[in-house]
Amino acid sequence: MVEILLDATVRAGTPILFATLGAILNERAGIINLGIEGLMLIGALAGFAGTFYSGSSLIGILAAFAVTFVVGSIHALITVQLRGNQIVSGLALTMFGIGVTALFGREMVGQTIGGLERLPIPGLSQLPIVGRAFFQQDLLIYTSFALVFLLWFFLYRTRTGLALRTVGENPAAADTCGISVSLYRFLAVTTGAGLVGIGGAYLSLAMTPMWIENMSAGRGWIAVALVIFSGWSSGKAMFGAYLFGGITAMQLRFQAIGTDISTHILQMLPYVFTILVLVVSTIRLQKGSSQQPQGLGLPYDREDRK
Amino acid sequence: MPELLQIENIRKTFPGVVALDDVSFSVAPGEIHTLLGENGAGKSTLMNVFTGLYHPDSGRMYLNGEPVHFTSPRDSLSRGIGMVHQHFMLVPAHSVFENILLALDKVRQVYDRKHYQQKMQKLIDTFGLDLDLDTEVWKLSIGAQQWIELIKLLLRDCRLLILDEPTAVLTPQETERLFKVLRLLQEQGKSIIFISHKMREVMEISDRVTVLKKGRSIATLERGHFNRETLAGLMIGRDRIPEWQRNMQMSEKIILDIKNLSVRNDRGLADLDDFSLQLKEGEILGIAGVAGNGQKALAEALTGLKEVSKGQIFAGLVDITHSTARSSYISGIAHIPEDRKSIGIAPDLDVADNLIMKSFKNSFFRRGIFQNRSAIRHNAEEKISRFAIKSGPEGSPVRYLSGGNIQKVIIARELSEQPRVLVALYPTRGLDIGSAEYIHKVIVDGAGRGMSTILIAEDLDELLKLSDRIAVMFRGKLVGYVNPRQTTREEIGLMMSGEKQDQQP
Amino acid sequence: MKLVIERRDTSSPLLRFGAPVVSIVIALFFAGALLLLAGVSPLEAYREILYEAVGSLYGLSETLVKATPLILSGLAVSLAFRMQIWNIGAEGQIYMGAMGATWVALFSGMENHWLLMVGMFSAAFICGGLWAGVAGLLRARWSVNEVIVTLMMNYIAILFINYLIYGPWRDPQGFNFPLTAQFAEAARFANFFDTRLHSGFLLALGCALILYLFMERTIWGYQIKVIGSNPQAARYAGMRTGASVFWVLFLSGAIAGIAGFSEVAGLQYRLQHGLSPGYGYTAIIIAWLARRSALGVVIVSLLMGILLVGGDSLQMLWQLPIAFVYAFQGLILFFLLGSDFFIQYRLKLVKGIHHG
Repeated sequence: MVEILLDATVRAGTPILFATLGAILNERAGIINLGIEGLMLIGALAGFAGTFYSGSSLIGILAAFAVTFVVGSIHALITVQLRGNQIVSGLALTMFGIGVTALFGREMVGQTIGGLERLPIPGLSQLPIVGRAFFQQDLLIYTSFALVFLLWFFLYRTRTGLALRTVGENPAAADTCGISVSLYRFLAVTTGAGLVGIGGAYLSLAMTPMWIENMSAGRGWIAVALVIFSGWSSGKAMFGAYLFGGITAMQLRFQAIGTDISTHILQMLPYVFTILVLVVSTIRLQKGSSQQPQGLGLPYDREDRK
Repeated sequence: MPELLQIENIRKTFPGVVALDDVSFSVAPGEIHTLLGENGAGKSTLMNVFTGLYHPDSGRMYLNGEPVHFTSPRDSLSRGIGMVHQHFMLVPAHSVFENILLALDKVRQVYDRKHYQQKMQKLIDTFGLDLDLDTEVWKLSIGAQQWIELIKLLLRDCRLLILDEPTAVLTPQETERLFKVLRLLQEQGKSIIFISHKMREVMEISDRVTVLKKGRSIATLERGHFNRETLAGLMIGRDRIPEWQRNMQMSEKIILDIKNLSVRNDRGLADLDDFSLQLKEGEILGIAGVAGNGQKALAEALTGLKEVSKGQIFAGLVDITHSTARSSYISGIAHIPEDRKSIGIAPDLDVADNLIMKSFKNSFFRRGIFQNRSAIRHNAEEKISRFAIKSGPEGSPVRYLSGGNIQKVIIARELSEQPRVLVALYPTRGLDIGSAEYIHKVIVDGAGRGMSTILIAEDLDELLKLSDRIAVMFRGKLVGYVNPRQTTREEIGLMMSGEKQDQQP
Repeated sequence: MKLVIERRDTSSPLLRFGAPVVSIVIALFFAGALLLLAGVSPLEAYREILYEAVGSLYGLSETLVKATPLILSGLAVSLAFRMQIWNIGAEGQIYMGAMGATWVALFSGMENHWLLMVGMFSAAFICGGLWAGVAGLLRARWSVNEVIVTLMMNYIAILFINYLIYGPWRDPQGFNFPLTAQFAEAARFANFFDTRLHSGFLLALGCALILYLFMERTIWGYQIKVIGSNPQAARYAGMRTGASVFWVLFLSGAIAGIAGFSEVAGLQYRLQHGLSPGYGYTAIIIAWLARRSALGVVIVSLLMGILLVGGDSLQMLWQLPIAFVYAFQGLILFFLLGSDFFIQYRLKLVKGIHHG
């Protein structure tokens, strides 16, 4: 029972984890991305279609990354090069994503694909309780584990990571050190978008191996909230994503057993929980020393005379 | 002597302003060349042209005789030109180590932490600095932060160091230490461009001085060919700094009494620590101190913008310690804030709307819940003409006004209600000489009518010129009072660094 | 050579008014490309949209019908915008307003038309207002990001409505369809010219006028403008920014709630699925396009009304999903943001570094 629930938790948390990591990468460079929801949908459709036409989920995943990377460059272009309003551009991206996937997803509705296989790791997968949840999973889940570590290592142990953090904190400082603020921001936004896309692909390849219009159902927004919850760090993002995975898993479990509570009320749980998490982490943020990148949301204009 | 860097006929404009107009300048190897000029003369703009941060509209630049065009600081840095900006280019949340490392060239992707720490530590020891590499920058004093900036450039082997008003944030003693380091660097053959408007320092350190005025380079003089008077004359364009005829009508009545005030900042540290101050009726009380020693917190506590954690403020007999900004205003405290664009105005609204920001609820400006537009317009017309505000066409947002005119809008608003107390925080910073003198005149005139002023300024000359008394602050505490007619700059300097205490009020 | 960006000294009025028009045209072009990819001729599609929406009196009336909730929710979002608050939750507030009005219409026992109208209006006003007020309270008290909160509240609102119409409010005579019973005649708006156009449209225009007066003529509007322009300056001038944040979001939600009232009382006569096909999201674009003006909201809402009516017919003719309209709206926003840049800056070529 616990094993199954934990397994469902990890699986439900993974798309949110990818999306949160992508959003963290965006925000670490100082760019808010409210287009996560739209990018997830685009990733989900691209991943599904890529798998459907090629027969290989690996190609599907790569397609999801590539397509969202390109679509993410719209947000990058507008917010970085053209210094447009980051909030509006992100919202536009979400709308664009919902619309475009509805339009191009018509042919994919009702189609089926194989879905991602589980690849048990010999030995570890037999561990009690955690074995099934963490070591009998598919390729993308293992990738997400690695990604959590890699993102941390990149941000805190590499020169480029230090430069990226500086771009997000104080772009003028980065600029005077000879770091190209726009290049870093552009690549952080597009690469982050690509990660979000993989999160979307997980929805359509592994969780429910099919394409459904608007199938992200607010997970992108949950990811945006989780960025704040995580304090812009990948480790806590993992914790937060599984927290939501757990709630989703439990809610589904409740529905399966059948309770007196309306399913509609049960379905509210993740959203209510998002608000609660956001409130708690915002209050915590204000109390401690601020972890939020100081340049977040501000376009960088070198000649801006204040 | 062959010049290291030479520029000819540089011109740079910003929307509505000619910041640099036909400027020529050069610096030789091993030379300390000072750029002297009032605020707004174009010094910082010129430096930003050197480093490629700004693109000049026209003009030529040569490095070692070769023509160069820098399009970003990366270009200039790669050619050995580095700058310490007036606003430090540091990341407060990062450690000293991370801040310095970022500036270094050819650091491997996964770097050897130990190796670089040793390298930095060696330099820190050479100059006898007190810096811990693992401390986060926000925990350091402004003076220490400046050393980080300097170390960054030295580790990159810069041949030319540009220092933009480095002494503005230093005590006289810290300044001496900086000058020692600069002379050491000069001996190593480095060139230094030093920017300042403090005459004393310029006299002490410069091999050559170029005077900038209103965006033009009006003279370049070699050591031995300049003295304080000639430089001041060139810089200000007059022979003599005018002295105000202060009528010494100051009474002994205490109008504002601050008792043991403590104010904490966002990080929980004490910005004001057991601070006491007494303001007398009709006096101009100057506050001297190195920036960041609690001046801003004092002004904000007085005007109700900051919560007071301990202590009391009395206006006459009324306790105004815990009032909001509004009731402080009613108690008669006007405020000229430090950062006029960030808290003084609503940039998207026009002059008329900005002028009533504090009095929009007065019955004069409204009829019930509706605004009285004609009264608001009349008020604007009157203030615009009285304070000589160049406001542009009616209804245009204040954001398009020049700094001096924005300051006039704020002053018109704050002084129109005949306040009994004015708290002015760096009221002339960044203004041209005409506007600055106008603001001095407003303050002095106000004192003549019995208004008491707390004048917080960084320029000792300004304080000495205007104040009846000067109170010196250090680390959120009052060090003591001095009489501007009897004190010396050295004495104030020692008090500013916390080394000398105890003066009679 | 290298391309550098420079701030313009002044922005010409031609550029300022021309740029949005040009961006819409470019967006039309790109949306056409998308249609082409989806196997639909863009020219035919655009002709169809125009024909359906403004080609006949009936089409025109349908455009106004669609514009009604758009005007109201657009005003709601734009009011919050004035204070630099992002109300992304108009969608949920519309539903909650509709819920309040429905409760009064079905369960209050009132029968008098005007009493019902006032009751339904008030209930919608309060429900929408409180729904947004949650975000307002959190933002005012703890600076919680209102974008995420208002958005999450959308999901919660729609699920709650589902709960009602699948559960306690389901019409017993409704053959188990998820909808409430129909409103009595007394709880409905009047219709005009034998079309679906109803009094809600006049209500929307009235709200636009009132909001204009509120913003430009009252001391509250003045405070909102100051806070929106510079919250620090407002605080310094003694304005209570926290309370204003709450009340502005409350009011914003209340206006969106009225849109819900107008939809159930004027069009649907019951609470059901798809009451709003995303009016609350379109409202964000409307508010952004209209910038600061209530009149602008009305005009842009009419344009968006054309798009929605056209979108409906595209759905029927070519089975294009109605969500396609979102893609188009997203594109408009992208190009609008892009055009802002060229209003403020210009590009210039300069010579690059000399490597000697």
